[in-house]
Amino acid sequence: MNSIILQLAAKYVRFLLIFFAFVALLRGHNYPGGGFIGGLLATLAIVYYSYAFDWRSVQKKLFMKPQGYVAVGLLMILLSFSPSLIQDETLMKGIWVSIPFGLLGQLKLGTPLLFDLGVFMTVIGVTLLFFFTLTKRR
Amino acid sequence: MEILLVILVGVLYTAGVYMVLRRSILKFIIGIIFMSNATNLLVFLASGIVAGKPAFVDETVQNASKIADPLPQALVLTAVVIGFGLVVFALALKLKFFETTGTDDLDQLKKTDN
Amino acid sequence: MAIALPILFPFLLILILVVVKSNRASQLIAVSGSAALVLIAIYLFFEVKSHGILTLDMGGWPSPMAITLVVDYLSVLMLIVSAIIVFVISIYAIYFLPGQHKSTKFYVFFFALAMGVNGAFITGDVFNLYVWFEVILISSFVLIIMGNSKEQLEGGIKYMALNLIGSLLFLAGLGLLYGKTGTLNMAHLAQILRAEEQSVLINSSTALFFIAFGIKAAVFPLFFWLPASYHTPNITISALFAGLLTKVGVYALIRFFTLFFVQDQTFWLNMLLVVAGFTMVAGGMAASAHYDVRRILSYHIISQIGYMIMGLAIFTPLAIAGAIFFMMHNMIAKTNTFLIAGIIHKIKGTFYLKDIGGLLNQSPFLAVLFIIPAFALVGVPPLSGFFAKFILVKAGIESKDYIIVAVAVFTAMLTLYSMIKIWNEAFLKEDPNDNQSQSKVVKLGFMHFLPSVILGLVSIFLGLFAATVFDFTTQAANQLIDPEAYINSVLNYTMP
Repeated sequence: MNSIILQLAAKYVRFLLIFFAFVALLRGHNYPGGGFIGGLLATLAIVYYSYAFDWRSVQKKLFMKPQGYVAVGLLMILLSFSPSLIQDETLMKGIWVSIPFGLLGQLKLGTPLLFDLGVFMTVIGVTLLFFFTLTKRR
Repeated sequence: MEILLVILVGVLYTAGVYMVLRRSILKFIIGIIFMSNATNLLVFLASGIVAGKPAFVDETVQNASKIADPLPQALVLTAVVIGFGLVVFALALKLKFFETTGTDDLDQLKKTDN
Repeated sequence: MAIALPILFPFLLILILVVVKSNRASQLIAVSGSAALVLIAIYLFFEVKSHGILTLDMGGWPSPMAITLVVDYLSVLMLIVSAIIVFVISIYAIYFLPGQHKSTKFYVFFFALAMGVNGAFITGDVFNLYVWFEVILISSFVLIIMGNSKEQLEGGIKYMALNLIGSLLFLAGLGLLYGKTGTLNMAHLAQILRAEEQSVLINSSTALFFIAFGIKAAVFPLFFWLPASYHTPNITISALFAGLLTKVGVYALIRFFTLFFVQDQTFWLNMLLVVAGFTMVAGGMAASAHYDVRRILSYHIISQIGYMIMGLAIFTPLAIAGAIFFMMHNMIAKTNTFLIAGIIHKIKGTFYLKDIGGLLNQSPFLAVLFIIPAFALVGVPPLSGFFAKFILVKAGIESKDYIIVAVAVFTAMLTLYSMIKIWNEAFLKEDPNDNQSQSKVVKLGFMHFLPSVILGLVSIFLGLFAATVFDFTTQAANQLIDPEAYINSVLNYTMP
C-alpha cells in the first residue's frame, strides 16, 4: 500500500501503540492487562506499520526474526523459574525484591514480571509468525 | 443478563454446528470459531457471572461477595489464547491445502480414507 | 522439585534446539536429552516406590487452589514407557527422516509433544490437563503435515477436524464441572463427588468428557480420524503417534473414571464395556481387510485400545492392573511394529504388502525383530502381551463378563491373522519383483536396527519379569480403586 496518510499516521500511531503495550504489560499483575495483551498491542503496531510501508523496512527495525522473539521469550520464562529454584521454594513461586527510590517510593521487581515479559516477547514472535505466514510476507 | 447469554451460547453452537457440516473447509473453520466462542461463554456462564465486581482486591476488602471469581476469567483467557492459536493453524493448513490441491471441497478429501 | 523435571527438561531442550543450526548437533542433543528423560523417569519411579505419592503445588499456593503436579504409580509407569519411546524414536529419526524434514525443526516439535505427554501424565488439575492436551495437539498438527505432501495435508485436515471438536467438548465439560463443584483440582473433585450424590448434574459433564477422551483415545464410534491420518506422515512420526497419542486419551479415561466420575458408575462402566467390545472388533476386522502395512497397524491401534478400555470397564483391581500392564506392553510393541514397517519400507521402497516379499532370506535379522513385537501383540507366552491379555481375560471371567471375554479372545484371533498376513506377505512369500531389479539391495547398518532392538528387549523384559511389573501395576490399580491416598497426599500437603 502506498498511501501517504496511512504512512504518516503509522509513524506516530506506532509509538502510541507500543507505549500502551508497555502500560498494559506493567499494570498487568493486579489489573486488566499483562504480557499477552501487551504483546498483542505491540504486534498491532508492527503489523500496522508493515501495512503502511513494505515488509522489508519493518524487518530491519525488528532486530531479529519472529522466531528469535519466541526463543528469547521462552528463555525469559525459563529464567523466571530459576530464583524460586535457588531459594528452594516450590516451582513458579513469585519472588519479589524492592528497590527504594527515595522520595519516588520504591520499585517492586519480581519473577512474575520477568514471566510476563517472556510472555510478551513470545506473543509478539508467535503472532508475527502467524501474520507473515498467512499473508505470505516471509 | 444470564438468560441473554444462555440464548447467545445456544445460537452460537447452532451456527457453529451448521457451518461445521458444510462442505467447504473455510466454512468448517468458521464453524469451529463459533463453537469455540460458544464454549468460552459457556465456561464463563457455568461458573457464575457477576457484574461490575473486580477479580483482584487488596487486603482491605474482607467480604467475599464483593469480588468476582478470578479462576473462570483465567480459564477463559487461556482457552481464548489456545483457540486463537488452533484457528490460525487451521487457517494456515487450509491455505497450504488449497495451494497444493486447488480445492476447498471436503467431498474431495477421499484419498486417505479406507 | 524433581516432579516438574519431565516437563521442564523437554522445555529446556526445545529452547536449546531453537538456536541450534546444525543437524548433527541437534541430533546429538536430542538423543542425549531423551536418554536423560529416561533417567529422570526411572529416578521418579524409585522416589514413588520409597516415598509414596509425590505432589508439588505450583507457585506456593495452598493445595486446592494451586495447580498441583501429582506422580503416583500409574503416572510414573506411563512416564517411563513414554520416555523409552521418545528415546528410541529420537535415534530412529536420525536414520529415517528424509532430508527435506529439517532435523532441528522436527526435534523442536518432537520435544514439545514429549513435554505435552509428560505434562498430561503428571498433572493433577483438570484445566492443566486441557492445556497439555492442546500442547500435544498443536505439536502433533505440525508433525503430521511436516512433509507437505498432498496426502499429509489431507490427513492433517481430518486429524485436525475431529480433534478440534474433541477439545471443544473437553473445555465445555470442564466449564460445567467447575460450575457445579467450584474446583478443578482432581483430588478435590474426587473428595466432593464421592461425598454427595448429585448424579443428574454431573452426568452432563461426564458425557462430554467421555466423548472428548473417546475421540482422543480413538474408541469405537469416534475413531475415524485415526486410520485416515496415521498412515500419511513419515513413518517416524507415525510410530511416535502410535506409541503416545491415543494412550494419553486412555490414561485420561482411566484417571477420570476411577478418581471422580464415580456417580452412576454402573451405567458408565457398562457403556465403556460396550464401547470396548465394538472398538476391539471394528479395529481388528478393518485391519484384516487391508494390505498396506501402515493401515493394518493403524487399525490395530484401535483394536488394542479396546482391551485397555475393557480393563477399565470391568473395574476390579485385577482388571485395572491388567489394563495398565496392557497399556505399557502395547505402547512398546506397537511402536516397535511401526519401526519395523519403516525398515521394510527402507529396504523395499513400499509399504504395500503385495509388492514386497522374500525378506526372510534377504534380512533374517529383521525377521527376528518383527517376530518379537508381533508375537507380543498376539500374545504368545514368553512375551509381554500374553500376560497382559491373560490378566484381562482372567479378570473378565472372575467378574462374569463372559461376552467381553469372548470378544477379546476373538479379537486376539484377528490380531493373529493380520500379523500372519504381514509375515506371509512380507517375509515368506517370494519377492514379486525378483527377476526385474535385484541389483538395488539396500544395506542397512546396525544403527538402523538399534531402536527396534531396544524395544524388542524391553518387550522381552516385560514378559520375563512380568510378575515384578505386574506387582507395580497392581499397586497402581489399588491406588486408583481406592483413591484415599491420592486425595490425602494432594490435599493435606501444606506449604510452610
